[in-house]
Amino acid sequence: MLLTIEHLKIGFGPYEPLSGVDLDLDKGEILGLVGESGSGKSMTAMSIMGLLPLMGGRVKSGSIRFDGVELTTLDEPGYRALRGGRIALITQNPMTSLDPVVRVGRQIDQVSQLHLHLDRQAAKARSVELMERMRIPNPALAYDLFPHQLSGGMRQRIVIAMALAGDPDLLIADEPTTALDVTVQAQIIQLLVQLVRERGLGLVLITHDMGVVAQTCDRVAVMYCGQVIEYGPVATIFDNPRHPYTSALIGCIPRPGMLPRSLAGIPGMVPSAGNMPKGCRFNPRCNKVMDICRQSIPLPMSEAGRSVSCFLHSPGQLP
Amino acid sequence: MTALAATVRSNIAALMPTFSSAFSGVALLILILIACAAPWLAPYPYDLQNLSIAAQAPSAAHWFGTDEFGRDVLSRVIFGARTSLSVSLVAISLSVTVGILIGAICGYVGGRLDRIVMSIVDLTWSFPEIVLALLIVAIIGPGSSSTVLAISIAYLAQFTRLTRTQIKSLKRQTFVEASLSLGAGPTHIIMRRLLPNVVAPVIVVAMLSTGNAILLEATLGFFGMGVQPPVPSWGAMLSTGSAQLFSAPWVILLPGALIALSVIFINLFGEGVLHALDIKAQARSH
Amino acid sequence: MTSYFIRRLLAMIPVFFVVSGVVFLIVHMVPGDPVDNMMSVGASANQRAEIIARYGLDRSLIEQYLTWLNNIVHGDLGTAIVMRRPVADLIMSNLGHSLALGGWALMFSAVAGLLAGTIAASFQDRWIDHGLMGVSLLGSTVPTFWLGLLMIMLFAVELGWVPVSGARSWTSLILPVITVGLGGMALVARVTRISMVEIAREDFVMLLHAKGLSRWTIQLRHILRHALIPVVTILSLRIGLIVGGSVTVEYVFARPGLGSLLIRALAQRDYPLIQGCLLFLAIAVMLGTLLGDLLQAAMDPRQREDSAQ
Repeated sequence: MLLTIEHLKIGFGPYEPLSGVDLDLDKGEILGLVGESGSGKSMTAMSIMGLLPLMGGRVKSGSIRFDGVELTTLDEPGYRALRGGRIALITQNPMTSLDPVVRVGRQIDQVSQLHLHLDRQAAKARSVELMERMRIPNPALAYDLFPHQLSGGMRQRIVIAMALAGDPDLLIADEPTTALDVTVQAQIIQLLVQLVRERGLGLVLITHDMGVVAQTCDRVAVMYCGQVIEYGPVATIFDNPRHPYTSALIGCIPRPGMLPRSLAGIPGMVPSAGNMPKGCRFNPRCNKVMDICRQSIPLPMSEAGRSVSCFLHSPGQLP
Repeated sequence: MTALAATVRSNIAALMPTFSSAFSGVALLILILIACAAPWLAPYPYDLQNLSIAAQAPSAAHWFGTDEFGRDVLSRVIFGARTSLSVSLVAISLSVTVGILIGAICGYVGGRLDRIVMSIVDLTWSFPEIVLALLIVAIIGPGSSSTVLAISIAYLAQFTRLTRTQIKSLKRQTFVEASLSLGAGPTHIIMRRLLPNVVAPVIVVAMLSTGNAILLEATLGFFGMGVQPPVPSWGAMLSTGSAQLFSAPWVILLPGALIALSVIFINLFGEGVLHALDIKAQARSH
Repeated sequence: MTSYFIRRLLAMIPVFFVVSGVVFLIVHMVPGDPVDNMMSVGASANQRAEIIARYGLDRSLIEQYLTWLNNIVHGDLGTAIVMRRPVADLIMSNLGHSLALGGWALMFSAVAGLLAGTIAASFQDRWIDHGLMGVSLLGSTVPTFWLGLLMIMLFAVELGWVPVSGARSWTSLILPVITVGLGGMALVARVTRISMVEIAREDFVMLLHAKGLSRWTIQLRHILRHALIPVVTILSLRIGLIVGGSVTVEYVFARPGLGSLLIRALAQRDYPLIQGCLLFLAIAVMLGTLLGDLLQAAMDPRQREDSAQ
């Protein structure tokens, strides 16, 4: 397994933005990490990258294992060697992710120079080549441009090129297309999928779009309020969702041939950090809620490569 | 550091600004009271010369020593507070009044008048205050009236700008249109509707400028261009005291320290007010 | 860049005319006959006639102004009444000293301020942060001339490390430079610290961390570079501060320079000299601001495009 996260809990002051994340990812696979805003998807990405302390948070318990290395106990210099080198991050907002006063080519160079120890010339050649692969027109000229001279889609391609420059094994893409035009979104997703298949990378694709997950991912982890409530291979989960939240999310995907006004939503709202309901966090919005759901928190129950945290499917936990 | 210690530390850090500005406010009040009560508080008259005890080090009779003419330093400093504070306050008030007037007219009328007047005003802002002040003194000659005028002109720009910006943005709001449609004239609109909103930020800036005004007054006094002797002023005391620097160093200590302290207290207090206003504005918008 | 430079230069021209106009008018605004103001007491009728001819004082104001400007361009700034030397000579011999003081003070403010601000930002909210910020706050609120006097007392008299006054050797520059520079240093330190703290919160910084760069590389090579931009802005806006500070400090330390020349001229009511000094000080401020603008545009490529629109 390239990446394994077990029972991860993180803390930010008195809050616990992640209170139970479990997932696996192997080389050459795409894992879709799905959920509404506030579910903890970005926090998971930050945790894998080891950037929690930067934002004032910490890992409380659990483990993150990358290619045999336990990340939660890794020291900072060790982590820095991994970041940008073997694990790379693609962020959400291309308008603010690049340093405005440095030319884009140099920003890509930086990664090759740091992690692959290339000299200036070799780094430049590599950057231009990467930009070409990202289908940036006129890469030799674009190398000298400043970020504000490029469109959003182009900037995001630079960000992806930067992520690839260190020759990573694991890519984490945090909602890479949310801030882009619809027409560009599909291109970027296709680009990422292609990279994974060609180079055998592992990709954690964070998104709130179940449709994208259905089309591109191999595995899916559904998050709600800081917990992975369902996880498994895409085909299995989409054919046979077990958690009511997962079914609801799948039901929200617009389909051709739908009757007008039949677009579904999920009633209720995501609870805020200070207002977590007692018991299963989804219980106020669940259409299959039982008494026990309001009392205790369901634990993940795994079998046959999939897991779900729901009392409907874990009879062994009934008191 | 334990969690408890961290919480205590951050609480103290959060309260410090309020504590320091409250402390400064009280200190300023005391200073103003001292200045007002100068004739009764000062142990000696400020112009009482006594050459036999000239340039004496601090003693029981003269807490801060005597100057080159045997005058009591403490008394002169107390009266000097009067000079500095009154000159600065009058100058800033003048500056505020004229600044609001010009700013309001420019902001409301706009167009060429606005552009021409504002470019002149901006010019005064880009030059060092002391050079500007010296320019005015060059024309009018030294003395308290030119000091007041010099200080007013030096700080005019910020009040003008502030008022103009506020008026410009408020002008576009609907309540102005409503008033206009009810037949209100421009004077009425400016005075009753727009100006009240400008008052709060102007007061804060005025307060902070008073500190700079005191510094400017002291600088002019230092060059002998300010209030003329025998009326004591902190700046002039520093100037004459500097001649005694080697033989009687105590003469310059108190006036200089007081100038610095006044400015520090004003700044701290002003920042506290700014902070408080900020909080109120935020609370109102929720 | 060159087009930006030319645009800014052109914008300065009207400002120059207004300022020189005001300086020119001083002689006419002072009570008394302008002619008398330009001569020493008890001058002969011949000298009177000569002055009238030289400055065109019998013609209209505009013509006088143009004559005055014309004279300046040809290097004639008039003759100092009391010292009886050409104003231009006096200014030239003093200009070098003022430039030295101002230049070094600016350098000191920038370097010391950046250092203090960077350290404070890197150790945010710890003792060293509060300490540095407190000291620099003190440095900026204390009146410069008092600070100068205190420094003289301590370093020159008590410790005898540096000369008390004058400009005989480079050591006499040390105290004046620090005195003027402290005011600017406080401002620079504060702006640096705030910018660095704010910039550290931006998205692209997070990505820099994600690339695996070390904290110090990010702090110094990226964040500081961004923080320099507002620092240059604030310094160029406050060139006036340096010039103003220099004026008082020259007087306190009895250094030759435009500042002490101006003060002396004011005390003696030597109007040609007053006008010459003020004009030069004004030019210094304008040029300094222009330089600051150019530096800003050089450092922030976004600026160049903006003003072109």
